[in-house]
Amino acid sequence: MTDRVVQTSKRSKQAARIADAASGGIRMILLKIVLLGIVDAIAVYALFVLALSDEWLIASLVAVVTLVVNWIYFSKRKLPAKYLTPGVLFLIVFQIFVIGYTGYIGFTNYSTGHNSDKAQAIDALMSSARERVPDSPTYKVTIVENLEGLGMLVTAPDGEVSVGSSEHPLSSVRNATMDGDKAVAVDGYTSLSFQDVLQRQGDIVGLEVPFSDDPNDGSLRTPDGSSAYVYTSSLVYDEQAGTMTDASSGTVYSDTGTGAFTSSDGEELLPGWRITVGFDNFARAFTEDSIREPLINVTIWTIVFALLSVASTFFLGLFLAIVFNDKRMKGRKFYRIAMILPYAFPAFLSALVWAGMLSESFGFVNQVLLGGASIPWLTDPFLAKVSILFVNLWLGFPYMFLVATGALQSIPDDVVEAATVDGAKPWQVFRLIKMPLLLVTMAPILISSFAFNFNNFNLIYMLTGGGPRDAAASVNVGATDILISMVYKVAFTGQLRDYGLASAFTIIIFILVATISIVSFRQTKALEELN
Amino acid sequence: MKVKTRSIITAGALAATVGLALVGCSSDNGDGGDGANNSTTALTVWVDAERVDALKDVAAAYKDKTGIEVKLVSKDTAKIKDDFLQQVPTGKGPDITMGAHDWLGELVTNGVVSPIELADKEGDFLEVAYAASTYEGKQYMLPYAVENIALLRNADLVPEAVGTFDEMIAAGTAAGVTPFVVQQGPESDPYHLYPFQTSFGAPVFSSDENGYDVSDLQIGNAGGIEYANWLAAQGAAGTINTEVTGDIAKEQFTTGQAAFWLTGPWNVGAALDAGINVAVDPIVTPGAEAAQPFAGVKGFFLSEQSKNKVAANDFLVNYLATEDVQTALFESGNVLPALASAADAASNDPIVGGFRLVGMDAVPMPASPAMGAVWQFWGIAEAAILNGADPAATWEKLAADVQGALDK
Repeated sequence: MTDRVVQTSKRSKQAARIADAASGGIRMILLKIVLLGIVDAIAVYALFVLALSDEWLIASLVAVVTLVVNWIYFSKRKLPAKYLTPGVLFLIVFQIFVIGYTGYIGFTNYSTGHNSDKAQAIDALMSSARERVPDSPTYKVTIVENLEGLGMLVTAPDGEVSVGSSEHPLSSVRNATMDGDKAVAVDGYTSLSFQDVLQRQGDIVGLEVPFSDDPNDGSLRTPDGSSAYVYTSSLVYDEQAGTMTDASSGTVYSDTGTGAFTSSDGEELLPGWRITVGFDNFARAFTEDSIREPLINVTIWTIVFALLSVASTFFLGLFLAIVFNDKRMKGRKFYRIAMILPYAFPAFLSALVWAGMLSESFGFVNQVLLGGASIPWLTDPFLAKVSILFVNLWLGFPYMFLVATGALQSIPDDVVEAATVDGAKPWQVFRLIKMPLLLVTMAPILISSFAFNFNNFNLIYMLTGGGPRDAAASVNVGATDILISMVYKVAFTGQLRDYGLASAFTIIIFILVATISIVSFRQTKALEELN
Repeated sequence: MKVKTRSIITAGALAATVGLALVGCSSDNGDGGDGANNSTTALTVWVDAERVDALKDVAAAYKDKTGIEVKLVSKDTAKIKDDFLQQVPTGKGPDITMGAHDWLGELVTNGVVSPIELADKEGDFLEVAYAASTYEGKQYMLPYAVENIALLRNADLVPEAVGTFDEMIAAGTAAGVTPFVVQQGPESDPYHLYPFQTSFGAPVFSSDENGYDVSDLQIGNAGGIEYANWLAAQGAAGTINTEVTGDIAKEQFTTGQAAFWLTGPWNVGAALDAGINVAVDPIVTPGAEAAQPFAGVKGFFLSEQSKNKVAANDFLVNYLATEDVQTALFESGNVLPALASAADAASNDPIVGGFRLVGMDAVPMPASPAMGAVWQFWGIAEAAILNGADPAATWEKLAADVQGALDK
């Protein structure tokens, strides 16, 4: 027995090899080489670019991926890998990485004020703490250099010329060469041209020349290499202790692990930096007032909205599919095309158009269809929900109609015939034969449609913006807000972005949708076994 | 074996995509340019798509003058701010980006912009432009254009300018059309109603020479209550209607069905194209004080992580702040230049001049992130009042809610 298995597998392998070689031919091999050559050329170019910009991690990834791809496609076997590789790569780049990154952000404090790393936060704090001494003049500057390093040749507005460097405070010089009213050169120093200055921008922007021996007088800095101003700093950074000190009040701000320099009484200096905060965002999602208060209502409405949307579109789509599937119906093709139209328009555009049509005193519905009635379609909490469901029905039924038509047509006629011969009435045929068969194909679509509507941000945002809001409530959540639009409002109100909180919420929503979907899929399986 | 060919092609396409995507992730780096390694310095400037052409000549002229190349990158206006916020910390953002002054709070709080020093040129700019480009007493933006709303009048319907709000309604009614439209929505539009609010002496925050004091909320003062009462009366009379969205207001005015339209320069083109005889008037005041609309100021920001700060500062302060360049930018966008001398020249045009006259009273829109707390309650309260809620109680609740959100 085992011998035979081995033999067969050997033989089949052999056969596969022969088939491979026979089918390939010289043209195939050439094509293969050309295509892989293109891939490799792009990869090599990518490697150059990446190496030049010091992106070693990504560069090594590109190199490894390229090698693996070459190995797979030049190998004579690895047939499954040849089919799987492209899909797996796409999966990694566009799915796993994105989901993983979102998950990671959910555990950080990434938000307005916590946008970068600590070193950059210190840079930014120091540069915004620098204050120009009030009423101090503009000094004309020539950047000069000697063996000790860079310095400034400074001409004060009153014509006095002095020179200094970061170690030596300004001191007067007499014998400077003048160009108009600006000193451009002095003995003992080489003057830098504008081009030279551009080559050393980093050094020059960082160059600080003390104004006098007293550090409280501040120091000269030049932002553009030709004029300098006297600055003092309101913050002092102590690199050893890692603390910031407010020069005027003496308050010490230290890194207390909250992602920002914090004083002893809890005051934070912003910008701070990004840190991981564990489950803080998840805790906030359930404890913050502006979220907790409306959470239950919004969750209920989200589920109701998603369920009703799926149910209404499914039944309308199915009904129309059955009607248009009847052979006695004339001009079915024409009707079917007309039926698809709402599906062909971009959904967010349709939602905007509907928002205009449902406007209370200017909308087409009230003005023309209802002869000037003033029904608050979008501004009454209940009617707004009805409008949302109606518009979603309009948007969604063509899809269900399409799928149901396909599913109906795939039901063999003989099954129906057999039932009829057995004496089943049309309703019985539909209920007992067609419906169960339909559900087998349509159940996964209903589930995915539920998941889609659960996060149908476009529709809500474009049609009502989540409104109408209850002016009496103190939270920024409206009657038609679903979870995802509420998250958007909470995490991105005005200029305060909270990516961490938003990511945490997406994880929570994912868990909700996944649970509901898994339970439904179990049910579907039971359905399949039934048949 | 067709399938196999296909799979190879797919693999090729895939590897190409992955490769390009990965390169794309990093290729911006080259633009930043490490001054020490390159013989010529290049500045990368993000520009919103509409302004690229205007800046092309400016960039070329700057290169002729200094040898510094300015690489313009056209960006989608809606994405510039977020991209800038995300890319600067990675060190791969641009040296300079175009933007609007109300981003300042967010940009500064995130530490992605560097202060710039205008020094003696401060006075060369329109006062509101200079004020708008500072945040907490420090200047971060080089302004190039100022926008504010003003009252458009259909001069064929109402030939003479009017003084007060009630006169405006009377004049419009006498002309036999809808007297006045202003962009609103289900949640009102506090931006467009702000001049009316300030005419009752109720700004959002108090302000001094350092800008707004966001810890001193003024919205709920006595003037605010007075304004709320006035707003309730307008809602009852139907002169300000939350049903009038921007599109409806535009349609009413451009088809001659409305006599006055409170809107910004961005809508003037549409009215002129529709053949309306447009006059730009000062905003009528329902209250005792000046009507102060919000000014929106456009400008350029310097990245905190730029490696070319000397060149960038030179480009901003010594070049973009000159009359020729500001005029060139004006000609492409027809928005009032921020530099006073260029603004004077541009004001010869009656439309631009009209907006400038109104802009004399304009105040910069507060750039603080704290404004988010204000916006989320402001419009909903105004909409409620317009639609018949008790004005004083609603307004007091607004002030309390905003204060609560600010204290959080």
